[in-house]
Amino acid sequence: MEKLYESQKLALWYFWTAIVLFGAQLLFGLIAAYQFINPDFLYGTLNFMTNRMLHINAMVVWLLMGFIGGIYWFLPIETDREVVGIKLGKLAYFAFVGAVAIVVLVYLFKQFGSGDFFTLWFITEGREYIEAPRWADIGIVAVALTVAYNVIATTIASKKITGILGVLIVDLAALFGLYIAGMFFTPNISVDQFWWWWVVHLWVEATWEVLVGVLMGWLLMHLLGTPRKIIEAWLYVEVMLVFGTGILGLGHHYYWIGTPEYWLGIGGFFSSLEPLPLVAMVVHAVYDAGVHKLQTVNRPALFWAFAQAFGNLFGAGVWGFMHTLPQINLYSHGTQMAAAHGHLAFFGAYVSANLALFYYILGKTRVKEGYILNGVPWKIAYIGLIVGIFGMTAALTVAGFTQTMIERATLGSTWEAYIQAQMHPWMEEAFKWRLFFGVVFILSYLVLLYDLITAGKRVEQLKEAQLAG
Amino acid sequence: MSVGWLEVVVATLFLSVVVSLVLARGRHWLEPGFWKVAAVITSSVMVITLILLSVDTVRKVSMGSKRVPQPSVINREIGYVYNPDRRAMEPVFGKEVGLFGKVWSEEEAERLIVRGKLVIQSRNCMDCHTLLGNGAYYAPDLTKAWLDPKWERQIMPATGAKSKEEAMKVFLMHPDKYPTWFRRMPNLKLSEEEAEAVIAYLKWMSAIDTNGFPANFPEVKVSQTQ
Repeated sequence: MEKLYESQKLALWYFWTAIVLFGAQLLFGLIAAYQFINPDFLYGTLNFMTNRMLHINAMVVWLLMGFIGGIYWFLPIETDREVVGIKLGKLAYFAFVGAVAIVVLVYLFKQFGSGDFFTLWFITEGREYIEAPRWADIGIVAVALTVAYNVIATTIASKKITGILGVLIVDLAALFGLYIAGMFFTPNISVDQFWWWWVVHLWVEATWEVLVGVLMGWLLMHLLGTPRKIIEAWLYVEVMLVFGTGILGLGHHYYWIGTPEYWLGIGGFFSSLEPLPLVAMVVHAVYDAGVHKLQTVNRPALFWAFAQAFGNLFGAGVWGFMHTLPQINLYSHGTQMAAAHGHLAFFGAYVSANLALFYYILGKTRVKEGYILNGVPWKIAYIGLIVGIFGMTAALTVAGFTQTMIERATLGSTWEAYIQAQMHPWMEEAFKWRLFFGVVFILSYLVLLYDLITAGKRVEQLKEAQLAG
Repeated sequence: MSVGWLEVVVATLFLSVVVSLVLARGRHWLEPGFWKVAAVITSSVMVITLILLSVDTVRKVSMGSKRVPQPSVINREIGYVYNPDRRAMEPVFGKEVGLFGKVWSEEEAERLIVRGKLVIQSRNCMDCHTLLGNGAYYAPDLTKAWLDPKWERQIMPATGAKSKEEAMKVFLMHPDKYPTWFRRMPNLKLSEEEAEAVIAYLKWMSAIDTNGFPANFPEVKVSQTQ
């Protein structure tokens, strides 16, 4: 175990905070899932809308925190020096955590306000995924700026720029710049949703994908010893494919919000190409698995990295493609299909990546040279989480098909059609299965938490033969 | 020449490939540098195209455009019918009927729409309902809520209100008292004035041309005045 940079200690703070918020995400998700079956549960006290907002906001924040942790871990290694503004970085961490705590308390105890700008500034902006009130938006931008400053200043101080750092800097600028596109009020809902998708889509289907590409590239380089040249070539291919398909793939959100008809063709075409970079990542993962015969000093990190490649392809690629063409989306838009896709895509692309990074870091900080991080609990958590998420996704897919067919295609999208579809046994049963697999998921999270806390206690002696090849 | 989606697709792909190949000539395709050029050029072409399209789109969806009407449209009868030429449903407008028993001037209507949007955001409607199909899926889509037959069929008799908008107002102020099935909307403490603003907003939103979404909705015809 080498001595840690201060930046790497900060990375650990970010990861532990992220894992706690992951738990909060699951708790509110569980309550919301149960409210589908028993709507009287906490009705009037903690309504579905509040649980759902906390469920998705906790997710966005913890994933971002994990990414920031990943950046702070690898940045000093890549630049061979301590991060320049590390004190600022630590201050930003406390500001971030403090702001999240206040926002959550307001969400829980105030929940909503009257229809004026005070509510938008101090309670909620009421726009899905970016509900955080405006003051917190400004705080998020300030935190983001310190991260960007630290990456750029440290790169300059080290007097060399690698291809990976170049991609990271451009991507961070785009990622945080985009957030500002979501910070204004307009009465025109078509304009509102147009820019809102710039934030939401261009985050999760473009800039986040590239950021994860950077972090997973570093992970593979340090975990498996993949040569930098190969990592950088792959990263450029991935940037080309992700931005080449994902930027105009944004058009699949512009079919039905009042925007012109040309988006049907542009969005349909480019979004149907969006799985391409994900296929490329799977090819690389399978290749790496073969070369290394699945052996490494950190088995959970390697397995979560594979889960990332496959989960991203299935969740974002396959489930996204299922309803991305306008011909089907006319009927499936705004149904549980999107929830099915969202669950598997976020898990595959981002949750898995974060867990791979966290396990890698724990291996580095807790496992002595010559030992392998392994054991039974991580395997239980790994299998349990994957079974749980696929179970939830399958259930929501059935619900989504039913809603698409009955509410939209057959009964004509009215209020009554909505109720008829929701009360159909195919949907009612699906919500029960979703809850069941949600419970499986939460139990697996508890095993994961136990394994993360005690990681390093279950190690095996490294045999030379295990790393051959 | 009018530019359609196919021209945009072909042009962006063509530009990305050709410019990348020209600028990367001389480099071996297995070199990272080759792909660096391709990544930079492709991303740039896509970003520039998106910006150009965004300028065009934002113009076409501004209030008072063909697709997104002026706030004062709340004074008119609004319908939703199938247009066989477009093979899609689209909003249609009829005679002036007012809203809440009065005809709103352009400025008054705009103030009402701004207020309605603020109420919709402050009550977090999107975390149960969908608006233009976006949001959560715990409650019905509101894109054409103004035109929904349930107001006349069920909510008007239940509330005893004389008009659709009055029924909507009673419902929105006390949704917990008028369950339509086992999931009930919680009481979000809307004032009378806030409820009126939301109803005006829903009426205005139903007038947006959404390329035929939702499809297959029961047709609502308007009296011919145009």
